[in-house]
Amino acid sequence: MKSHSTLRVARVVAAKDLRIEMRSRVVTNQVVPFAALVMVMFAFALDDDTMLERVGGGLVWLATLFSLFIIIQRSFVIETTDGALDALRVAGVDAAGIFLGKAAALVVQLLILETTLVGGAIVLYRVQVQPTSIVLLVTCMLLATLGLAFVGTLFGGLAAGMRGRETLLPLLLLPAIAPVLIGATKATEAAFGISGMVTSEGWPWVGLLAVFAAVFGVGGLSAFGPLIEE
Amino acid sequence: MTPGNIVEMHDAVVVYGDYPALAGVTFNVSKGEILLLQGANGAGKTTLLRACAGLTPIVRGTAVVLGHDLRTDRNSVRHRVGLLGHNNGLFSDLTIRENVTFWSRLVGASDEEIEAALERMGIDGRLANVRVGELSAGQKRRCSLANLVVRRAELWLLDEPHAGLDTRGRDELDAILRQAVASGATVVLASHEIERSRQLATRVVQVSGGQVRDRS
Repeated sequence: MKSHSTLRVARVVAAKDLRIEMRSRVVTNQVVPFAALVMVMFAFALDDDTMLERVGGGLVWLATLFSLFIIIQRSFVIETTDGALDALRVAGVDAAGIFLGKAAALVVQLLILETTLVGGAIVLYRVQVQPTSIVLLVTCMLLATLGLAFVGTLFGGLAAGMRGRETLLPLLLLPAIAPVLIGATKATEAAFGISGMVTSEGWPWVGLLAVFAAVFGVGGLSAFGPLIEE
Repeated sequence: MTPGNIVEMHDAVVVYGDYPALAGVTFNVSKGEILLLQGANGAGKTTLLRACAGLTPIVRGTAVVLGHDLRTDRNSVRHRVGLLGHNNGLFSDLTIRENVTFWSRLVGASDEEIEAALERMGIDGRLANVRVGELSAGQKRRCSLANLVVRRAELWLLDEPHAGLDTRGRDELDAILRQAVASGATVVLASHEIERSRQLATRVVQVSGGQVRDRS
Protein backbone atom coordinates (compact mmCIF):
# COMPACT_ATOMS: atom_id res chain seq x y z
CA MET A 1 0.00 0.00 0.00
CA LYS A 2 1.54 3.21 -1.12
CA SER A 3 0.32 5.20 1.87
CA HIS A 4 2.02 2.76 4.22
CA SER A 5 5.51 3.78 5.10
CA THR A 6 7.65 0.80 6.03
CA LEU A 7 8.41 2.13 9.49
CA ARG A 8 4.78 2.91 10.26
CA VAL A 9 3.75 -0.60 9.25
CA ALA A 10 6.60 -2.02 11.32
CA ARG A 11 5.56 -0.02 14.38
CA VAL A 12 1.90 -1.01 14.07
CA VAL A 13 2.67 -4.70 13.49
CA ALA A 14 5.16 -4.84 16.38
CA ALA A 15 2.70 -3.13 18.73
CA LYS A 16 -0.03 -5.55 17.69
CA ASP A 17 2.19 -8.62 18.24
CA LEU A 18 3.33 -7.40 21.65
CA ARG A 19 -0.23 -6.54 22.69
CA ILE A 20 -1.32 -10.06 21.74
CA GLU A 21 1.58 -11.49 23.73
CA MET A 22 0.78 -9.34 26.75
CA ARG A 23 -2.79 -10.59 26.60
CA SER A 24 -2.08 -14.26 25.96
CA ARG A 25 1.17 -14.40 27.98
CA VAL A 26 2.42 -17.37 25.97
CA VAL A 27 6.07 -16.31 26.26
CA THR A 28 6.00 -15.47 29.94
CA ASN A 29 3.77 -18.35 31.07
CA GLN A 30 4.86 -21.09 28.70
CA VAL A 31 8.05 -20.40 26.77
CA VAL A 32 10.17 -18.99 29.62
CA PRO A 33 9.21 -21.87 31.98
CA PHE A 34 9.95 -24.32 29.16
CA ALA A 35 13.39 -22.81 28.60
CA ALA A 36 14.06 -22.82 32.34
CA LEU A 37 13.11 -26.49 32.47
CA VAL A 38 15.52 -27.20 29.60
CA MET A 39 18.28 -25.53 31.64
CA VAL A 40 17.41 -27.68 34.67
CA MET A 41 17.35 -30.82 32.51
CA PHE A 42 20.80 -29.99 31.18
CA ALA A 43 21.98 -29.71 34.76
CA PHE A 44 20.51 -33.12 35.61
CA ALA A 45 21.92 -34.71 32.46
CA LEU A 46 25.47 -33.39 32.86
CA ASP A 47 25.48 -33.58 36.66
CA ASP A 48 28.93 -32.07 36.97
CA ASP A 49 29.42 -28.55 38.32
CA THR A 50 32.72 -28.00 36.54
CA MET A 51 31.31 -29.25 33.26
CA LEU A 52 28.18 -27.11 33.65
CA GLU A 53 30.23 -24.02 34.30
CA ARG A 54 32.35 -24.75 31.24
CA VAL A 55 29.41 -25.32 28.87
CA GLY A 56 27.00 -22.85 30.50
CA GLY A 57 27.26 -20.32 27.67
CA GLY A 58 26.39 -22.90 25.04
CA LEU A 59 23.49 -24.25 27.10
CA VAL A 60 21.99 -20.77 27.40
CA TRP A 61 21.95 -20.43 23.63
CA LEU A 62 20.73 -23.99 23.02
CA ALA A 63 17.80 -23.35 25.35
CA THR A 64 17.20 -20.08 23.49
CA LEU A 65 17.14 -21.84 20.12
CA PHE A 66 14.72 -24.53 21.34
CA SER A 67 12.42 -21.80 22.62
CA LEU A 68 12.87 -19.79 19.43
CA PHE A 69 10.98 -22.42 17.46
CA ILE A 70 7.98 -22.09 19.76
CA ILE A 71 8.04 -18.29 19.69
CA ILE A 72 8.24 -18.15 15.90
CA GLN A 73 5.48 -20.74 15.47
CA ARG A 74 3.35 -18.66 17.81
CA SER A 75 4.23 -15.44 15.98
CA PHE A 76 2.86 -16.82 12.72
CA VAL A 77 -0.02 -18.85 14.15
CA ILE A 78 -1.66 -15.58 15.18
CA GLU A 79 -1.35 -14.43 11.57
CA THR A 80 -2.58 -17.58 9.87
CA THR A 81 -5.34 -18.91 12.16
CA ASP A 82 -8.01 -16.62 10.73
CA GLY A 83 -6.22 -15.56 7.56
CA ALA A 84 -4.82 -12.27 8.92
CA LEU A 85 -1.57 -12.65 6.98
CA ASP A 86 -3.62 -13.17 3.83
CA ALA A 87 -5.62 -10.05 4.64
CA LEU A 88 -2.41 -8.04 5.00
CA ARG A 89 -1.14 -9.46 1.72
CA VAL A 90 -4.41 -8.81 -0.06
CA ALA A 91 -4.39 -5.23 1.19
CA GLY A 92 -0.95 -4.71 -0.28
CA VAL A 93 0.54 -3.79 3.10
CA ASP A 94 4.27 -3.18 2.79
CA ALA A 95 5.89 -6.58 3.30
CA ALA A 96 9.17 -5.08 4.50
CA GLY A 97 7.22 -3.32 7.23
CA ILE A 98 5.53 -6.56 8.27
CA PHE A 99 8.95 -8.23 8.35
CA LEU A 100 10.48 -5.50 10.49
CA GLY A 101 7.49 -5.34 12.81
CA LYS A 102 7.35 -9.04 13.47
CA ALA A 103 11.13 -9.17 13.93
CA ALA A 104 10.98 -6.26 16.40
CA ALA A 105 8.34 -8.04 18.49
CA LEU A 106 10.47 -11.19 18.43
CA VAL A 107 13.50 -9.19 19.61
CA VAL A 108 11.61 -7.99 22.69
CA GLN A 109 10.37 -11.48 23.52
CA LEU A 110 13.77 -13.10 22.95
CA LEU A 111 15.58 -10.53 25.08
CA ILE A 112 13.22 -11.26 27.99
CA LEU A 113 13.88 -14.96 27.50
CA GLU A 114 17.65 -14.63 27.21
CA THR A 115 17.92 -12.37 30.25
CA THR A 116 16.05 -15.01 32.25
CA LEU A 117 18.29 -17.76 30.90
CA VAL A 118 21.53 -15.90 31.67
CA GLY A 119 20.19 -15.36 35.19
CA GLY A 120 19.38 -19.06 35.33
CA ALA A 121 22.91 -19.97 34.21
CA ILE A 122 24.38 -17.77 36.95
CA VAL A 123 22.23 -19.48 39.58
CA LEU A 124 22.19 -23.06 38.27
CA TYR A 125 25.59 -23.38 36.61
CA ARG A 126 27.41 -20.84 38.78
CA VAL A 127 28.92 -19.05 35.82
CA GLN A 128 30.24 -15.57 36.55
CA VAL A 129 29.97 -12.47 34.42
CA GLN A 130 33.08 -10.36 34.76
CA PRO A 131 32.23 -6.65 35.28
CA THR A 132 34.52 -5.83 32.38
CA SER A 133 32.60 -8.25 30.17
CA ILE A 134 29.11 -6.87 30.66
CA VAL A 135 29.34 -4.73 27.51
CA LEU A 136 30.48 -7.77 25.53
CA LEU A 137 27.63 -9.90 26.89
CA VAL A 138 24.97 -7.26 26.25
CA THR A 139 26.27 -6.58 22.71
CA CYS A 140 26.40 -10.31 22.01
CA MET A 141 22.82 -10.77 23.23
CA LEU A 142 21.53 -7.83 21.21
CA LEU A 143 23.19 -8.88 17.95
CA ALA A 144 22.43 -12.58 18.34
CA THR A 145 18.82 -11.69 19.12
CA LEU A 146 18.61 -9.46 16.08
CA GLY A 147 19.99 -12.22 13.87
CA LEU A 148 17.65 -14.83 15.34
CA ALA A 149 14.66 -12.51 14.97
CA PHE A 150 15.46 -11.73 11.33
CA VAL A 151 16.10 -15.30 10.27
CA GLY A 152 13.20 -16.56 12.37
CA THR A 153 10.77 -14.10 10.79
CA LEU A 154 12.03 -14.91 7.31
CA PHE A 155 11.70 -18.67 7.71
CA GLY A 156 8.51 -18.33 9.75
CA GLY A 157 6.95 -16.42 6.86
CA LEU A 158 8.20 -19.03 4.41
CA ALA A 159 6.77 -21.92 6.42
CA ALA A 160 3.53 -20.13 7.37
CA GLY A 161 1.61 -21.27 4.34
CA MET A 162 3.08 -24.75 4.14
CA ARG A 163 1.69 -28.04 5.32
CA GLY A 164 3.64 -29.59 8.17
CA ARG A 165 5.10 -26.23 9.12
CA GLU A 166 5.47 -27.30 12.76
CA THR A 167 8.09 -29.86 11.81
CA LEU A 168 9.41 -28.08 8.76
CA LEU A 169 10.39 -24.90 10.57
CA PRO A 170 13.04 -26.46 12.87
CA LEU A 171 14.47 -28.34 9.89
CA LEU A 172 14.83 -25.13 7.92
CA LEU A 173 15.97 -22.99 10.82
CA LEU A 174 18.56 -25.12 12.57
CA PRO A 175 21.17 -25.12 9.80
CA ALA A 176 20.59 -21.42 9.15
CA ILE A 177 21.09 -20.37 12.76
CA ALA A 178 24.16 -22.52 13.40
CA PRO A 179 26.46 -19.48 12.97
CA VAL A 180 24.50 -17.64 15.68
CA LEU A 181 24.80 -20.60 18.04
CA ILE A 182 28.55 -20.80 17.47
CA GLY A 183 29.23 -17.06 17.59
CA ALA A 184 26.98 -16.34 20.55
CA THR A 185 28.32 -19.30 22.50
CA LYS A 186 31.93 -18.25 21.99
CA ALA A 187 31.24 -14.62 22.86
CA THR A 188 29.23 -15.62 25.93
CA GLU A 189 32.00 -17.97 27.07
CA ALA A 190 34.42 -15.07 26.77
CA ALA A 191 32.07 -12.90 28.83
CA PHE A 192 31.79 -15.67 31.43
CA GLY A 193 35.60 -16.07 31.43
CA ILE A 194 35.30 -19.78 30.76
CA SER A 195 38.53 -21.78 30.30
CA GLY A 196 40.62 -18.68 30.87
CA MET A 197 39.07 -16.80 27.94
CA VAL A 198 39.35 -13.04 28.11
CA THR A 199 36.86 -10.43 26.97
CA SER A 200 38.81 -9.45 23.86
CA GLU A 201 38.50 -13.00 22.53
CA GLY A 202 34.73 -12.55 22.35
CA TRP A 203 34.62 -9.50 20.09
CA PRO A 204 35.50 -11.26 16.80
CA TRP A 205 32.53 -13.56 17.43
CA VAL A 206 30.35 -10.52 18.04
CA GLY A 207 31.52 -9.34 14.62
CA LEU A 208 30.24 -12.60 13.14
CA LEU A 209 26.88 -12.02 14.83
CA ALA A 210 26.73 -8.50 13.39
CA VAL A 211 27.43 -9.76 9.87
CA PHE A 212 24.81 -12.50 10.28
CA ALA A 213 22.20 -10.00 11.50
CA ALA A 214 23.01 -7.59 8.66
CA VAL A 215 22.82 -10.30 5.98
CA PHE A 216 19.49 -11.69 7.17
CA GLY A 217 18.13 -8.22 7.89
CA VAL A 218 18.79 -7.01 4.37
CA GLY A 219 17.85 -10.38 2.88
CA GLY A 220 14.62 -10.46 4.85
CA LEU A 221 13.59 -6.95 3.83
CA SER A 222 13.84 -7.85 0.18
CA ALA A 223 12.73 -11.51 0.29
CA PHE A 224 9.86 -11.48 2.79
CA GLY A 225 7.35 -10.05 0.29
CA PRO A 226 7.93 -12.65 -2.42
CA LEU A 227 8.03 -15.39 0.23
CA ILE A 228 4.57 -14.65 1.58
CA GLU A 229 3.18 -14.16 -1.92
CA GLU A 230 1.64 -17.12 -3.63
CA MET B 1 -11.98 2.03 -19.47
CA THR B 2 -15.63 2.99 -19.81
CA PRO B 3 -16.59 5.74 -17.35
CA GLY B 4 -18.59 4.33 -14.44
CA ASN B 5 -17.04 0.89 -14.71
CA ILE B 6 -15.06 -0.36 -11.73
CA VAL B 7 -14.08 -3.65 -13.33
CA GLU B 8 -13.62 -4.40 -17.01
CA MET B 9 -12.43 -7.79 -18.20
CA HIS B 10 -12.19 -9.03 -21.76
CA ASP B 11 -11.13 -12.60 -22.55
CA ALA B 12 -9.21 -12.71 -19.27
CA VAL B 13 -7.44 -16.01 -18.65
CA VAL B 14 -6.09 -17.39 -15.38
CA VAL B 15 -4.23 -20.69 -15.27
CA TYR B 16 -3.14 -22.90 -12.38
CA GLY B 17 -0.25 -24.85 -13.89
CA ASP B 18 -1.77 -26.16 -17.11
CA TYR B 19 -5.35 -25.93 -15.84
CA PRO B 20 -7.33 -22.92 -17.08
CA ALA B 21 -9.19 -21.74 -13.96
CA LEU B 22 -10.65 -18.82 -15.91
CA ALA B 23 -10.93 -19.49 -19.61
CA GLY B 24 -11.67 -16.18 -21.27
CA VAL B 25 -13.80 -14.11 -18.90
CA THR B 26 -15.57 -11.06 -20.24
CA PHE B 27 -17.60 -8.97 -17.83
CA ASN B 28 -17.95 -5.50 -16.34
CA VAL B 29 -18.90 -4.18 -12.94
CA SER B 30 -20.34 -0.69 -12.65
CA LYS B 31 -19.81 1.62 -9.72
CA GLY B 32 -22.46 1.16 -7.04
CA GLU B 33 -23.54 -2.31 -8.14
CA ILE B 34 -24.04 -5.37 -5.99
CA LEU B 35 -23.05 -8.07 -8.44
CA LEU B 36 -23.74 -11.71 -7.64
CA LEU B 37 -21.45 -14.38 -9.07
CA GLN B 38 -23.44 -17.56 -9.21
CA GLY B 39 -22.15 -21.00 -10.04
CA ALA B 40 -21.35 -24.48 -8.85
CA ASN B 41 -18.33 -25.38 -6.73
CA GLY B 42 -15.17 -25.20 -8.83
CA ALA B 43 -16.82 -22.97 -11.43
CA GLY B 44 -14.20 -20.27 -10.93
CA LYS B 45 -16.01 -17.77 -8.67
CA THR B 46 -13.27 -17.60 -6.03
CA THR B 47 -10.56 -17.39 -8.70
CA LEU B 48 -12.43 -14.53 -10.35
CA LEU B 49 -12.68 -12.66 -7.04
CA ARG B 50 -8.99 -13.22 -6.33
CA ALA B 51 -8.08 -12.07 -9.83
CA CYS B 52 -10.14 -8.89 -9.32
CA ALA B 53 -8.22 -8.32 -6.07
CA GLY B 54 -4.91 -8.56 -7.92
CA LEU B 55 -3.94 -11.74 -6.10
CA THR B 56 -4.12 -14.21 -8.95
CA PRO B 57 -2.27 -13.18 -12.10
CA ILE B 58 -4.13 -12.86 -15.39
CA VAL B 59 -2.00 -14.34 -18.15
CA ARG B 60 -4.02 -13.36 -21.22
CA GLY B 61 -6.73 -10.91 -22.18
CA THR B 62 -7.38 -7.50 -20.66
CA ALA B 63 -8.41 -6.72 -17.10
CA VAL B 64 -8.72 -3.27 -15.59
CA VAL B 65 -9.85 -2.70 -11.99
CA LEU B 66 -10.30 0.79 -10.57
CA GLY B 67 -8.30 2.12 -13.49
CA HIS B 68 -5.31 -0.16 -12.99
CA ASP B 69 -4.29 -2.78 -15.53
CA LEU B 70 -4.17 -6.04 -13.59
CA ARG B 71 -1.63 -7.55 -15.98
CA THR B 72 0.96 -4.84 -15.46
CA ASP B 73 0.02 -3.08 -12.24
CA ARG B 74 -1.94 -5.43 -10.01
CA ASN B 75 -0.23 -4.36 -6.78
CA SER B 76 -1.73 -0.88 -7.16
CA VAL B 77 -5.22 -2.35 -7.03
CA ARG B 78 -4.77 -4.12 -3.74
CA HIS B 79 -5.04 -1.24 -1.33
CA ARG B 80 -8.28 -0.09 -2.95
CA VAL B 81 -10.12 -3.41 -2.82
CA GLY B 82 -11.18 -5.53 0.13
CA LEU B 83 -11.39 -9.30 -0.29
CA LEU B 84 -13.26 -11.18 2.39
CA GLY B 85 -12.97 -14.92 1.93
CA HIS B 86 -13.82 -17.83 4.16
CA ASN B 87 -11.62 -16.40 6.92
CA ASN B 88 -12.21 -13.08 8.61
CA GLY B 89 -8.56 -12.00 8.88
CA LEU B 90 -8.96 -11.11 12.55
CA PHE B 91 -6.74 -11.51 15.63
CA SER B 92 -8.71 -13.49 18.19
CA ASP B 93 -6.74 -12.19 21.21
CA LEU B 94 -7.59 -8.59 20.36
CA THR B 95 -10.92 -6.84 20.83
CA ILE B 96 -13.02 -5.63 17.92
CA ARG B 97 -11.84 -2.09 18.55
CA GLU B 98 -8.18 -3.18 18.63
CA ASN B 99 -8.59 -5.12 15.38
CA VAL B 100 -10.16 -2.15 13.63
CA THR B 101 -7.60 0.21 15.16
CA PHE B 102 -4.80 -2.00 13.82
CA TRP B 103 -6.06 -1.50 10.27
CA SER B 104 -6.74 2.17 10.83
CA ARG B 105 -3.16 2.73 11.96
CA LEU B 106 -1.86 0.91 8.87
CA VAL B 107 -3.76 3.19 6.53
CA GLY B 108 -3.50 6.33 8.64
CA ALA B 109 -7.23 6.54 9.39
CA SER B 110 -8.40 8.74 12.24
CA ASP B 111 -10.11 7.76 15.49
CA GLU B 112 -13.28 9.32 14.12
CA GLU B 113 -13.14 6.95 11.17
CA ILE B 114 -12.80 4.01 13.57
CA GLU B 115 -15.89 5.09 15.48
CA ALA B 116 -17.78 5.67 12.24
CA ALA B 117 -16.85 2.21 10.94
CA LEU B 118 -17.95 0.56 14.19
CA GLU B 119 -21.19 2.49 14.18
CA ARG B 120 -21.90 1.54 10.56
CA MET B 121 -21.50 -2.11 11.49
CA GLY B 122 -23.81 -1.73 14.47
CA ILE B 123 -21.01 -2.41 16.94
CA ASP B 124 -21.67 -0.52 20.15
CA GLY B 125 -19.10 0.48 22.77
CA ARG B 126 -19.60 -2.59 24.92
CA LEU B 127 -19.32 -5.05 22.02
CA ALA B 128 -16.31 -3.19 20.60
CA ASN B 129 -14.34 -4.08 23.73
CA VAL B 130 -15.04 -7.81 23.53
CA ARG B 131 -12.23 -10.08 22.35
CA VAL B 132 -12.82 -11.47 18.87
CA GLY B 133 -12.30 -15.02 20.13
CA GLU B 134 -15.47 -14.66 22.20
CA LEU B 135 -17.68 -13.40 19.35
CA SER B 136 -20.31 -15.18 17.28
CA ALA B 137 -19.70 -15.79 13.57
CA GLY B 138 -21.94 -12.87 12.66
CA GLN B 139 -20.17 -10.48 15.00
CA LYS B 140 -16.80 -11.54 13.59
CA ARG B 141 -18.07 -10.92 10.09
CA ARG B 142 -19.22 -7.44 11.10
CA CYS B 143 -15.80 -6.76 12.56
CA SER B 144 -14.06 -7.81 9.34
CA LEU B 145 -16.43 -5.61 7.34
CA ALA B 146 -15.60 -2.72 9.68
CA ASN B 147 -11.97 -3.33 8.70
CA LEU B 148 -12.94 -2.90 5.03
CA VAL B 149 -14.69 0.37 5.89
CA VAL B 150 -11.77 1.78 7.85
CA ARG B 151 -9.44 0.71 5.04
CA ARG B 152 -11.63 2.79 2.70
CA ALA B 153 -11.99 -0.14 0.29
CA GLU B 154 -13.82 0.98 -2.83
CA LEU B 155 -14.50 -2.49 -4.22
CA TRP B 156 -15.70 -5.19 -1.81
CA LEU B 157 -15.08 -8.72 -3.03
CA LEU B 158 -16.94 -11.18 -0.81
CA ASP B 159 -16.65 -14.94 -1.09
CA GLU B 160 -19.61 -16.69 0.55
CA PRO B 161 -20.23 -13.86 3.00
CA HIS B 162 -23.39 -15.50 4.37
CA ALA B 163 -21.62 -18.75 5.29
CA GLY B 164 -21.80 -19.58 8.99
CA LEU B 165 -24.32 -16.85 9.79
CA ASP B 166 -27.77 -17.41 11.25
CA THR B 167 -30.84 -15.74 9.77
CA ARG B 168 -30.45 -12.60 11.84
CA GLY B 169 -26.74 -12.38 10.95
CA ARG B 170 -27.57 -12.74 7.25
CA ASP B 171 -30.19 -10.02 7.47
CA GLU B 172 -27.69 -7.74 9.20
CA LEU B 173 -25.05 -8.49 6.59
CA ASP B 174 -27.45 -7.68 3.74
CA ALA B 175 -28.34 -4.38 5.38
CA ILE B 176 -24.65 -3.55 5.82
CA LEU B 177 -23.90 -4.30 2.16
CA ARG B 178 -26.79 -2.13 0.98
CA GLN B 179 -25.55 0.64 3.22
CA ALA B 180 -21.99 0.22 1.92
CA VAL B 181 -23.21 0.64 -1.63
CA ALA B 182 -25.22 3.69 -0.62
CA SER B 183 -21.99 5.11 0.80
CA GLY B 184 -20.16 4.70 -2.50
CA ALA B 185 -18.74 1.17 -2.40
CA THR B 186 -19.22 -1.47 -5.07
CA VAL B 187 -19.82 -5.09 -4.08
CA VAL B 188 -19.11 -8.31 -5.94
CA LEU B 189 -20.11 -11.43 -4.05
CA ALA B 190 -20.05 -15.14 -4.68
CA SER B 191 -22.71 -17.05 -2.82
CA HIS B 192 -24.61 -20.30 -2.71
CA GLU B 193 -27.44 -18.47 -0.92
CA ILE B 194 -29.22 -18.06 -4.23
CA GLU B 195 -32.58 -16.61 -3.24
CA ARG B 196 -31.21 -14.29 -0.57
CA SER B 197 -28.35 -13.09 -2.74
CA ARG B 198 -30.59 -12.51 -5.74
CA GLN B 199 -32.76 -10.23 -3.64
CA LEU B 200 -29.66 -8.38 -2.53
CA ALA B 201 -27.92 -8.18 -5.90
CA THR B 202 -28.57 -5.58 -8.54
CA ARG B 203 -27.24 -7.96 -11.20
CA VAL B 204 -26.42 -11.65 -11.47
CA VAL B 205 -23.79 -13.30 -13.63
CA GLN B 206 -23.35 -17.02 -14.05
CA VAL B 207 -19.88 -18.52 -13.70
CA SER B 208 -19.47 -21.95 -15.25
CA GLY B 209 -16.39 -23.87 -16.30
CA GLY B 210 -14.19 -20.84 -15.80
CA GLN B 211 -16.34 -18.68 -18.05
CA VAL B 212 -18.77 -15.89 -17.24
CA ARG B 213 -22.25 -15.46 -18.66
CA ASP B 214 -24.02 -12.19 -17.92
CA ARG B 215 -27.68 -12.87 -17.12
CA SER B 216 -28.75 -9.29 -16.62
